[in-house]
Amino acid sequence: MSKNSKLRFISMLCAGVLALGIVTFCSFGQSTSGTITGAGSTWVYPLVAKWSAAYESQTGMKINYQSIGSGGGIAQIKAGTVAFGASDMPLKPDDLKAAGLIQFPTAVAGEDLVYNLPGINPGQIILSGPVVADIYLAKIKKWNDPAIAKLNPDLKLPGVDITVVHRSDGSGTTFTFADYLSKVSPEWKDKVGANTSLAWPTGVGGKGNEGVASYVQRIPGSIGYVEYAYILEGRLSWARMVNADGKVVSPSLKGFQDASAHVNWSKAQDFYVILTDHAGADTWPISGCTWQILRKNAPEATNKDVMKFFDWGFEHGQQMAESISFGPLPASTVKAIKSYWKNQLGYSL
Amino acid sequence: MNGSSSAITVGSGPASQEPKVAGRQWRLPVDFLFHQLTVFAAFLAAAALFATVIAIAYDSRISIRAFGLWRFLISSEWNPVTQTFGAFPFIVGTLVSSAIAMILAVPVSFGVAVFIAEIAPGWIKRPVAGAIELLAAIPSIVYGLWGLLVFAPVFSQIEPWISQYLGAIPGIGLLFQGPPVGIGMLTAGIVLAIMILPYISSIMRDVFIAVPPALRESAYAMGATTWEVAWNIVLPYTRSAVIGGVFLGLGRALGETMAVTFVIGNSNALSASLLMPGATIPSVLANEFTEATTPLYLSSLIYLGLLLIAVTLVVQVLAVLLVRRLGRREGTAT
Repeated sequence: MSKNSKLRFISMLCAGVLALGIVTFCSFGQSTSGTITGAGSTWVYPLVAKWSAAYESQTGMKINYQSIGSGGGIAQIKAGTVAFGASDMPLKPDDLKAAGLIQFPTAVAGEDLVYNLPGINPGQIILSGPVVADIYLAKIKKWNDPAIAKLNPDLKLPGVDITVVHRSDGSGTTFTFADYLSKVSPEWKDKVGANTSLAWPTGVGGKGNEGVASYVQRIPGSIGYVEYAYILEGRLSWARMVNADGKVVSPSLKGFQDASAHVNWSKAQDFYVILTDHAGADTWPISGCTWQILRKNAPEATNKDVMKFFDWGFEHGQQMAESISFGPLPASTVKAIKSYWKNQLGYSL
Repeated sequence: MNGSSSAITVGSGPASQEPKVAGRQWRLPVDFLFHQLTVFAAFLAAAALFATVIAIAYDSRISIRAFGLWRFLISSEWNPVTQTFGAFPFIVGTLVSSAIAMILAVPVSFGVAVFIAEIAPGWIKRPVAGAIELLAAIPSIVYGLWGLLVFAPVFSQIEPWISQYLGAIPGIGLLFQGPPVGIGMLTAGIVLAIMILPYISSIMRDVFIAVPPALRESAYAMGATTWEVAWNIVLPYTRSAVIGGVFLGLGRALGETMAVTFVIGNSNALSASLLMPGATIPSVLANEFTEATTPLYLSSLIYLGLLLIAVTLVVQVLAVLLVRRLGRREGTAT
């Protein structure tokens, strides 16, 4: 009896090992033939993750994307360890040329200012770029400052101190925000500038959108900037903005797309255009974008795999993008990307 | 089951008997191998440290070339836009937040250790000691979230009181002025103090318990109070171990990353007030490493890491010197 059970145990063990071996072998086989590797921006990660799950179920092609940050993504694509890199800040055309890289936008997004003012409802307050710049430069220190009051004649603004909240970690959100302020305020451009991290003139830094949101929620009189998805959560009061056309707008995916639609992408070299402060009546002024980077001298098959994936995303991933607060690129932008691929790489899909 | 039952090879279980081995007995040189293994382990640890330092120094070469040592140390401009980097605010932030933590944690740890070793009745010793050691098992990110979501809101209610009373004192009042936000250097120091408390107190308790009962009992026999025994007998006897424990806590405070990042406020600007936001070397690394896109920026961050190693080394050397000096004074006094 005991011998029998021992035998059974051994045979089961063998079967288990065999099964494990087969599974390992299969997954290994798959990972060598049908995987695209990418690395970079944490901001675009939800979008790539969503697209790649659907793409894999349709085509069997796996996308292994590691959200290690834009800096890491750029380093990895330069080193050629990944098939594509993702960055929240576009590389300058000269840098791209020097490193033998190309870049193209993926999706549009936006961000807005949030505030904590008891008695003032979401969307009630109106701010303009120059006013926000002065707040972040610590020139406007109280909520009842004449500059804010002028934009909001119907609101009774309290005389509380403004506590400025910004991101502490390097982030594409910060880059987009600072780029906008640089465009609307010469003083900001001169003193601070735009980057993923800044030498902030004032304020406290929260880690991530979540950190900024929780500071703003807690500190009365505070103001911060967060991605659109955090506005939609509904626990923060958000501001309306005056856009480049002088119109008062609320943040929306449509507003982000309008910003992209007002860019002449075919003229912009290497898509080096930042979507902030563009023309258009409905354009949201603090719109942003995220870029994918490819290596020119990568094997044609590798680049084509990446291009196919994003092309699929542009075409079939629009609803998925919208469901997580990313705006799909307008058709004109997608067309410009396709002709850019052909020009730069010498081949198309 | 034939003759040579004495031939037992080390490593094989009692079930497997080797009938063939009958002649010379071959033993696995366990002692020799173990000796080699310890040498290897010790060497590996040292080699890993040296290799890390060399790699970090090598990767910071771009920044070293651009800013040198002195300029990097004393410049307080950290501006990724203009690519100018100076470490001064972060070095100050690291030292100040750790100093606050030590000022708060060392006396409390001493109290905890004396309580457990000298005062507490047996049945309460274990739960108290266990609870305090459990503090060490909490991941630092949890401390960070707790600090941000639980402690900071409460502390922001206390801060107006602090700036009203302590801020009014001439001189040190400067340290306690600012908006009551609940986060900043002082909050970071307090959270750090809670984090390093178990390390310091458990070492103190262990060495306090190890003090020979004869010493303690003779002091009590001469009419000494518990305080006098703890301060004049137990502490001097265990001084070097206590200092060791204190510096272990300090080392941890200097290098703490996540918890500090959450509650320090992350401002690169230097401020005199402890209620204002600041930054430490580890918090800047945690914040900016992922999006450091230019070689000089990345290299400057790694350079900061090199400085942190240097700061820790200086602190350790000071600790050793302090222990030696105390030992020598003891020698001359008796």
